[in-house]
Order: sequence, then structure tokens, then C-alpha cells
Amino acid sequence: MAGLMVGGDAAAVEVRDVVVRYGDTTAVGGVSLCLPRGRVLALLGHNGAGKTSLLQVCEGFRRPDGGEARVLGLDPVGDHDALMPRLGIMLQAGGVYPWATAGEILRLFASFAANPLDTDMLLDRLGLRKFERTRFRRLSGGEQQRLSLAVALVGRPELVFLDEPTAGMDTEARHTTWQLIEELRADGVSVLLTTHLLDEAERLADDVVILRAGRVAATGTPAELTSAAAIEVLELRAGPGLDLTGLGARWTAAETTPGQYAISGALDTAGLAEVLAWFASAGADVTAVNTRRRTLEDVYLSLTTPTPVGAAQ
Amino acid sequence: MSTFAPAPGRAPMRAILSSQIRMELLLTARRGEAVVLAMGVPLLVLLGAGLFDVTNLPTGDRLGYVVPGVLALTVMSTAFTGQAITTGYERSYGVLKRLGASPLTRPGLLLAKTAAIAVQIVVQILVLALVGLAVGWRPEAGAVLPALGVTVLAIAGYSGLALLLASVLKPETTTGAATLIYVVMLSVGGIMFGAPDLGVAGWFLLPLAAHAEALRETLMHGGPVPVGVWLALAAWAIVWPALAARKFRWE
Repeated sequence: MAGLMVGGDAAAVEVRDVVVRYGDTTAVGGVSLCLPRGRVLALLGHNGAGKTSLLQVCEGFRRPDGGEARVLGLDPVGDHDALMPRLGIMLQAGGVYPWATAGEILRLFASFAANPLDTDMLLDRLGLRKFERTRFRRLSGGEQQRLSLAVALVGRPELVFLDEPTAGMDTEARHTTWQLIEELRADGVSVLLTTHLLDEAERLADDVVILRAGRVAATGTPAELTSAAAIEVLELRAGPGLDLTGLGARWTAAETTPGQYAISGALDTAGLAEVLAWFASAGADVTAVNTRRRTLEDVYLSLTTPTPVGAAQ
Repeated sequence: MSTFAPAPGRAPMRAILSSQIRMELLLTARRGEAVVLAMGVPLLVLLGAGLFDVTNLPTGDRLGYVVPGVLALTVMSTAFTGQAITTGYERSYGVLKRLGASPLTRPGLLLAKTAAIAVQIVVQILVLALVGLAVGWRPEAGAVLPALGVTVLAIAGYSGLALLLASVLKPETTTGAATLIYVVMLSVGGIMFGAPDLGVAGWFLLPLAAHAEALRETLMHGGPVPVGVWLALAAWAIVWPALAARKFRWE
């Protein structure tokens, strides 16, 4: 966990030991995280992992039942009015008048801001220009999401909260949204987003916090999370029936099908060289080599499901 | 190019409020049933019961009796029925939550809603009064101020009850309850025909009857507002807003 930023500007979001309970159910059970300015943090987890509850604490919609959240150095509940103009908030659903048109809604929120973005530009960028005169309730789920994103951005916020920003979007809209979020980051906007899409987290996030049952299961950059185990499996094709006991204790080796070998264990560069040297010394003719790394998905699944998936060979 | 470079800030509060008020009025005008409730029903009652002997009235001056009642009815339909239904749905759509979490702020949203209600009521009263005058209504002008005073109290009481209902009931239930209360009040409120005289207790139970009685006393007879009406409407104007302030929910 990143610590408190000392001196200078406060972190965009600083959450310490936050607890959220609904009656007897604990939705968030003591989560800490830090989003430094100008970075993108993805909260990754299944439905019900506590992502939205945590976001609601940061947005000031909920007072945490324990712990503390600071947003841009302020208290999201107590400093609500001072904070709101600086934030862009995209709710998971709803939040706008069903009877107002897309253009009216975006211009309404633009009129709340001191230096709003050009609403026509935003409508164009999000592919909503042709729906400008369409009432919100007549828009598809993905179109409503894009409008919500536009509403979140129109006030030129310094920090945006995006709750499942691409849910319900088709592939094209999803890529448009991803490009937009990358542009936000490049322009210095801090982004806290929730997602259950691994490719979304891997592509967009500087830091990923994996939530499981209301607790932090893992945290790090996508690269850190995936390279923690480096190369996990070395697959070789060679003549069948080799006696693998000679590989010793540092590796686990098996002939999965005749002539197909899977080796796991110490597979750093030196380890790979030793394994290949052993095959050479055994007189084996290696005809194919393949390495498998853990993906974010392997990490995610191994952390969020009871049976570790990476173990199956 | 840095399109999204942060430049946050709140627009001047006056600009924020005026665009929110405009949105509230636009959406009201767009909802057909709201317009019918706000203008159609009162106009129908005014012209029907005011000009034709369709109901028994305790006076021969039909317009003198009916127009003040219709004005009171309009205030109730906008401040209570319309507001309860709209607020209930806006809460369930997440609109209140979303706007409360914008630079508009929660007090700003309440202020804008109140102002939009006030604008609507002023327009409605003007239109109905002009229609009344056009068809021959001749009110007393001397007691307009107390008439305005009880109207302000009535608006406060109705708004409080509307926001309370919208906070504690589901939107569908709110709609049902608000419509039922509207119909009951219309039936026994002494608008189209003389209502059973329940005395002062009736004024506390039926604010529409109390308000209509006060408007008739002032606009028809140029007399003072009965003390019982002042007390009844003041009680409504204190109790319901106080309860609503305690129970109001944004989501």
C-alpha cells in the first residue's frame, strides 16, 4: 500500500481502513488505498466485492462505518460543497432526467461549471451528436453510459470517479472510452475507476487494486501483478519417454502427453538455461519450446476464486 | 493538445440556479399529465361550476364562490400533488443524488425546485384569474394581502407533505397517495359545491377547504381571514416541512 504523501499536494484519493456495512453485511471490510495525482487506479473485483460501496464513500454519498477517506485532501462528506466542482462523477446507472434530451442534460451540467468543455465537442467525441435531441430514456444502455461519461467530464474536473464506465457498451464505444480515459490521464486528470474487465484494467490502470469480499486481495501495477511469478510454465516437445528424475528438486516436471513435457519451478533465465542444458545432456532432440506467463486473469482468478486455477497443467 | 486539462470551478450560483429552474420548468411543461393537473382540471372546474348550474352552491354568485376555490385547488395540485409525484420519481431515478453531487449542491437543488414551483403557481394564478375576470368574476380587491399570506402558508404546508411522502414511499405509492389525497380534497374541499361544515376541525384536516374558505372570505367578501384558518394553515406550514426536513432522502 502506498503511504501518505507528505508535503506538496495531497493525493487525489487516500482511503484508510474504510469499513462499509449494510445492516449485518460487511460490504467493505477495512480497505486502504492511495491514488496519486494524475494516475489511473482500477478497482477490480466481482460483483459484490465492494467496489461501488468504496466508490460511494469517496464520492461522499456514504459516510464510512469505519476508517477515513480523503479526496483531494478534503472530507468527501463534510467538505461536499467545496469538493463537488472539482470532481467528475459517473454513476453506474441513472442520475439524469429521463424526459430531458441528451443535449439538454449535458448543457445543464456544463452550465454548472466555471470553465466547461465545449458540449458539441464532447457529443462528437462520444458519438452522441445524432442523439442530441433524443430523450434520455430512449437511449440504449451504452448511449446512456456515454452521456453519463460526458456529464462527468464537462466541468473539467481534476479527479473523476467512473463506476463501470464501459458496462453495456459495444466494442467500438468501449475503445473510444478507453482512448478518452488515456487522454484524461495524459492531460493530468486523476482517475479512479471500477471494473470487472481484466483487459480494461490492464490497458488503462497505472495501479490495480483487486478487491475480494470487501478486502484488498492484491495491489500493484498490472506488470507487477502479472510478473510476480515470471514465467510459470516451460513446455517442451522432444522424444517421448525421457526419465525426468534427473531434473532434480528445483523443478516439477511431467510428460503431459507422449513427447510433450511441462516444467514449472525456477524458470528465471539461469533456470531456463539449466533445464535446456539438462535436455541436451539427456540426448533429447528438442523440437519446440513454449513459455507461459501468468496473465492478470490468472492472478485475478487465483485470488478471487477458491481453487487456484494456475495450478492446473 | 490537452483538451481535458483540469480547470475545475463552480459557475456563479445565480447562473446555476437559473439554468436548473429552467430545466425544472421545461420538464414540467413536457409532462402531459402535469399540465392537465395544473391547468386543465382547474379551468374545467372554473368554467363548468362557475358558469353553469351543475352543482348546488350556498350562494347565487357562482363565480364569486368557485374562482377562489379553483385558485386554492391549483395551489394544491402544483405544490402538493405535482411535486410529490415528480420528487418521488426523481429520487428513484437517482436524479436527486446526481444533482446533489454536482456544483448545484443540495440546498441549491431545493431552492431551485421551490422557485420553479413558485413560478408555476404565479403563472397559473394569473391565467386562472384572468380567465375568471374575462367571464365575469368580480373580486373584492381590498383584502388581497391576507389572501397572499394564507397562500404562502398553504404552499409551505403542501410542499412539506409532498417531500415527506416522496421520501418515505416508493414512487408508485407516492403517485397513488398524492392522487388520492387530491381527489378527496377536491371532493370535500368545498370547491365545486358547498362542503359539509366540519367547523374548525375540518380546516385542520382539509387545508384545501381552509384555504378556499380564506380566499372566498377575502376575495368574495373583502373580509378578514378567519382565525381558525390562519391557525390550521400555519400548523400545516410548520408540521409537514419540519417532518420532511427530518425524513428527506436524496436517494
